[in-house]
Amino acid sequence: MAIVALVEDSDGKIKKSSIEAVVYAAALAKQISEDEVVALALGNQVSSEELEGLGKFGANRVLHANDERLNQGVIQAYASVVDQAMNETGANVLILAKSSLGDPVASRVAIKQQAALGANVVELPDLSDGFVVKSSIYTGKAFAHTKLDRDKKIIALRKNAITPEEGEGKATVEAFNPSLSDADFGATITNTEKSEGDILLPEADIVVSGGRGLKGSENWGMIEELADTLGAATGCSKPVSDIGWRPHHEHVGQTGVKVSPSLYVAVGISGAIQHLAGVNSSKYILVVNQDAEAPFFKAADYGVVGDAFEIVPQLTEKIKASQN
Amino acid sequence: MKILVCITHVPDTTSKISFTENNTKFDTTGVQYIIGPYDDYSLARAIELKEQHGGSVTVVNVGEAETEPTIRKALAIGADDAIRINAHPSDSFFVAQQIASVVKEGGYDLVLMGRESIDYNGGQVHGMVGELVNMPSISPVMQLDIEGDTAKLSREIEGGKEQLEVKLPFIAGCQEPIAEWKIPNMRGIMMARKKPLDVRDPADNEQMTDTVRYELPPPKGEVKMFSADELDALVQALKNEANVL
Repeated sequence: MAIVALVEDSDGKIKKSSIEAVVYAAALAKQISEDEVVALALGNQVSSEELEGLGKFGANRVLHANDERLNQGVIQAYASVVDQAMNETGANVLILAKSSLGDPVASRVAIKQQAALGANVVELPDLSDGFVVKSSIYTGKAFAHTKLDRDKKIIALRKNAITPEEGEGKATVEAFNPSLSDADFGATITNTEKSEGDILLPEADIVVSGGRGLKGSENWGMIEELADTLGAATGCSKPVSDIGWRPHHEHVGQTGVKVSPSLYVAVGISGAIQHLAGVNSSKYILVVNQDAEAPFFKAADYGVVGDAFEIVPQLTEKIKASQN
Repeated sequence: MKILVCITHVPDTTSKISFTENNTKFDTTGVQYIIGPYDDYSLARAIELKEQHGGSVTVVNVGEAETEPTIRKALAIGADDAIRINAHPSDSFFVAQQIASVVKEGGYDLVLMGRESIDYNGGQVHGMVGELVNMPSISPVMQLDIEGDTAKLSREIEGGKEQLEVKLPFIAGCQEPIAEWKIPNMRGIMMARKKPLDVRDPADNEQMTDTVRYELPPPKGEVKMFSADELDALVQALKNEANVL
């Protein structure tokens, strides 16, 4: 028997959230005495060396569906491959990262496998009375403890819910040739636009976001410099993406991207409740705002009242100095 | 074009979340309910598509009698008729089954819903319905246009977006900026009272999960404030106390 972990890559590099899925799968395998952790990778952009490296995170085997048609995440085709991999390995459990691809794939596989699905899961299950997972609900304002009432189970893991530690080991990479029909490619991806070289916002360990207090897109340089210094992704508040200062995929909040980094830095964002809903799973929050009454300070761990145009460049310099 | 829009009845985004009965039930005291924000985007786009292409917009909700004001609001915004599956939406598989049975019977060209509900944040129902009725499901959709029997859409991916084409019928989980929310006007509100609302019993009662209890996160500690002159101390705190640098 096996646990399968779905591995997504971004231009050939395995996503951090997928490494977290493999680590979670390995920890769960120990907990429930399964003997095999099988990572499943799709598409021909990811190298065998990269996949072998998953051994360091606890995978024994890697099944690689090395098919160019799977470079893009066509939801039905992915679901079909995952389903076939679960059948092939006799897996009762599938672990994947909650993502724009993970969610729709998990739900289709849940029906194919008649598996109970736990979404937005934040820690290993409690096995004292059945198989109970803890999920983040109400946009981070609460947790649900949900029993997965089927022999087969799927867990969609919230990003940054666990910290991967690198160990030793090499996984064996095997070619996996699922049968795919035209119907699996019912939707055709005609174009993909992606920001080059950026750290993916939903995966980032540190996020620096700017709000209307920055007064214009031309002032984003200092946010980017602070983000570069911290190795962080950049985000923004809803008004900023609505005005068009920043692209929509950087909008952090209730109806945008939800983040759960170790550190969230909010600059010139007052902290409307809809914005807080997207960041309240952050471990630490630092707020820089001119208005001492900004509601964000109530949700923050650290705060600085002052002019962002003075504080952010200074803070960047001081962090740089502390890194040397 | 026959469009089905699936709506959730959820606490307003500003609601304080608490639980009763030993953390086993959601405390509804003082909570205002709304159409799920992502569902609101779907509904707005469905109405625009109906204006462009003709046809009808039906809304469906899985919920008990208390969800009817939310359904009437969707009718006031411009849906033509509504179906309420009379059951508590306790599990996403259960909800997906109910919607799938409506989809199968109704012969819809397009099924729209939010990318996720804002209570459980599961993002599961669109995919489950797609699989149950054997249609493509695409989520999260930010843009949707129909030309003949083909839809052109864009889907958000981590760090960007992708454009897709798909033949009707299909299912989409939607998010902004697919359309601007619509606000009901007085005429819409008056008309909504007369629009048909069909109440049905659930097709099946099977569930795959059971939520046994809830929990609130631990309360946040006090914020530590630093003045503009104390940035060195802030950096030290981030480094040595929070351990994030």
